[in-house]
Amino acid sequence: MALLEIDDLSVTFDSEDGPVHAVNGLSLSVDRGETLGLVGESGSGKSQTAFALMGLLARNGRAKGSVRFDGHEVLGLPPREMNRLRADRMAIVFQDPMTSLNPYMRISHQMVEVLRLHRGMGRREAEREAVRMLDAVRIPGAKERIRLYPHEFSGGMRQRVMIAMALLCQPDLLIADEPTTALDVTVQAQIMDLLSELQRELGMATILITHDLGVVAGFCERVTVLYGGRVMEEGPVDPIFARPTHPYTRGLLAAVPRVDDAGGRMRAIPGNPPDMADPPEGCPFGPRCALAGPDCRTMPPLAPFEGARARACHRPIEEVRA
Amino acid sequence: MSPLLSVRDLSVTFPIRRPGDMPWTRPRGLRAVNGVDFDLEPGRTLGVVGESGCGKSTLARALIRMVPATGRATWRGETDLMALTPSAMKRYRSEIQMVFQDPLASLDPRMTLGQIIAEPLRTHRPDLSGAERRTRVAEMMERVGLLPQMINRYPHEFSGGQCQRIGIARALVVEPKLLICDEPVSALDVSIQAQVVELLRELQRDLGLAMIFIAHDLSVVRHISDEVMVLYLGRVMEAAPKEDLYAAPRHPYTQALMSAVPIPDPAAERTKRIIPLKGDLPSPMDPPSGCVFRTRCVRAAADCSEKVPRPGDEAHRVACLHPGPVREEERAGAAPA
Repeated sequence: MALLEIDDLSVTFDSEDGPVHAVNGLSLSVDRGETLGLVGESGSGKSQTAFALMGLLARNGRAKGSVRFDGHEVLGLPPREMNRLRADRMAIVFQDPMTSLNPYMRISHQMVEVLRLHRGMGRREAEREAVRMLDAVRIPGAKERIRLYPHEFSGGMRQRVMIAMALLCQPDLLIADEPTTALDVTVQAQIMDLLSELQRELGMATILITHDLGVVAGFCERVTVLYGGRVMEEGPVDPIFARPTHPYTRGLLAAVPRVDDAGGRMRAIPGNPPDMADPPEGCPFGPRCALAGPDCRTMPPLAPFEGARARACHRPIEEVRA
Repeated sequence: MSPLLSVRDLSVTFPIRRPGDMPWTRPRGLRAVNGVDFDLEPGRTLGVVGESGCGKSTLARALIRMVPATGRATWRGETDLMALTPSAMKRYRSEIQMVFQDPLASLDPRMTLGQIIAEPLRTHRPDLSGAERRTRVAEMMERVGLLPQMINRYPHEFSGGQCQRIGIARALVVEPKLLICDEPVSALDVSIQAQVVELLRELQRDLGLAMIFIAHDLSVVRHISDEVMVLYLGRVMEAAPKEDLYAAPRHPYTQALMSAVPIPDPAAERTKRIIPLKGDLPSPMDPPSGCVFRTRCVRAAADCSEKVPRPGDEAHRVACLHPGPVREEERAGAAPA
């Protein structure tokens, strides 16, 4: 049984201009110890999917469908039970560590609080454990620096603190929502290195939410490409990067220049992402797709092919070799 | 042919007061840009890369005199922009225009698209009649891919990519010779980034513009630049024609930076061995002696703390006492997953 099974998830926000459909009938699953990349551009629904399964949707947001974690339904759990699940079994690391750490509290205080509340540790024991965790994320001088406030750390160090906090209760599932987007590339390389090392060591399943295909290539075993709140294509990273068959996946890969490529093509996808308050009929990528035809007015189902792969497209690119 | 812009020994120092300083204490100086030299030929693109705090945005601001700077910036072999009085500088402002990172924040929310693009013309070309101005605005809008019916809309009605097109139109409507782009695509989605970069390239070709393209994304810079300059803590580490720099970087910082860029290719990315940087960025208030990069450098030796390396004046400039290709032992031991 998969650790996380999302089935037909929809997330809708009520706004003054009517409902906004951020996620539309999304299904995916994550096995124990697996690394999944959730890729998409802004408005593709990648973050809202994570928020829905963590029970963190904004007040005007509603989630429908089913999210089963370790066999138990998570959607609609009372806040008390959700809280316990969130701390003990799944954790999230956000993009901006400065807004997710309490600026008025020393790091030690924030970490000890979690351990005492969720693991019932005494103060002494909790503090030892917190220092051990900061050591694990390789913060030099953890014993002294645990007394510092968040603003006294650099951006990369703050993200290490966030990761340490997320791992305090040894979760089965870690969601990393754009964990390195705010960081410089050399720091990003260090953080991604650390994450993959910890992931292997602790054997936790990880969902990496990002717009950066390079980061996915290095970290993930499988990838799910989202557009307009739907899954466009999914499967193991190697064949998807080598032979993308969905026109959107291919477009995305062609739009990113490579630092190691002297030719450096950068082919734009024409048009703009869909307005989710007024989504196009059928395939959300249809209006920007060069291969779209009349049949694309109906949403293609996510159909498996080549064993572990799946895609939602009426007109996939079969023969093209990247 | 003399270069369009020739910059020598450009430095920017910000006065910083520390908490507890008395009003009469002399503020300490923070050198954000330190002795930068470069030449830019007409119609060429200089890419400026570096991580946060390297001074790349301050350099741009110094060139258009938004922050006070010392040194020389000779415009078309005749005028030193740094020595001009503010009113004398105004004449050159229409020749040097800028595009900013945050497309929405750099547009006045209470002006319509038409007013925004017309404003530089009102300032720099008061001789134009209203009709001429309208024609130029309409032409510019078409050039950057904005539809005529959008002219009365406000910035918030546009997406990030479209706002950036408006910013580009506003900059180009006065027919500048040099366009300075400060992280023009980093706030945009991948598919839109490519659109804006292609637009910039096309405009550059058609209008013969010179560009200074500032970005932290080495892949985008490789795509658009002719020459690339790498900054660290306000100093030039390495500068060279693009192909030289990317194919054979000689400065350990450039090498570390390039090795850290993720490649969208799972096989290559998994086996790649990066060159790690030691420790954190030092405080710019108190930069290391000698080579500013030495505290993080894998190749640092005893002499690095004594001598400040100078970039020299060949086509491929390297500010390093021990330049050269990457040595295998400098890469991280274990391959990242």
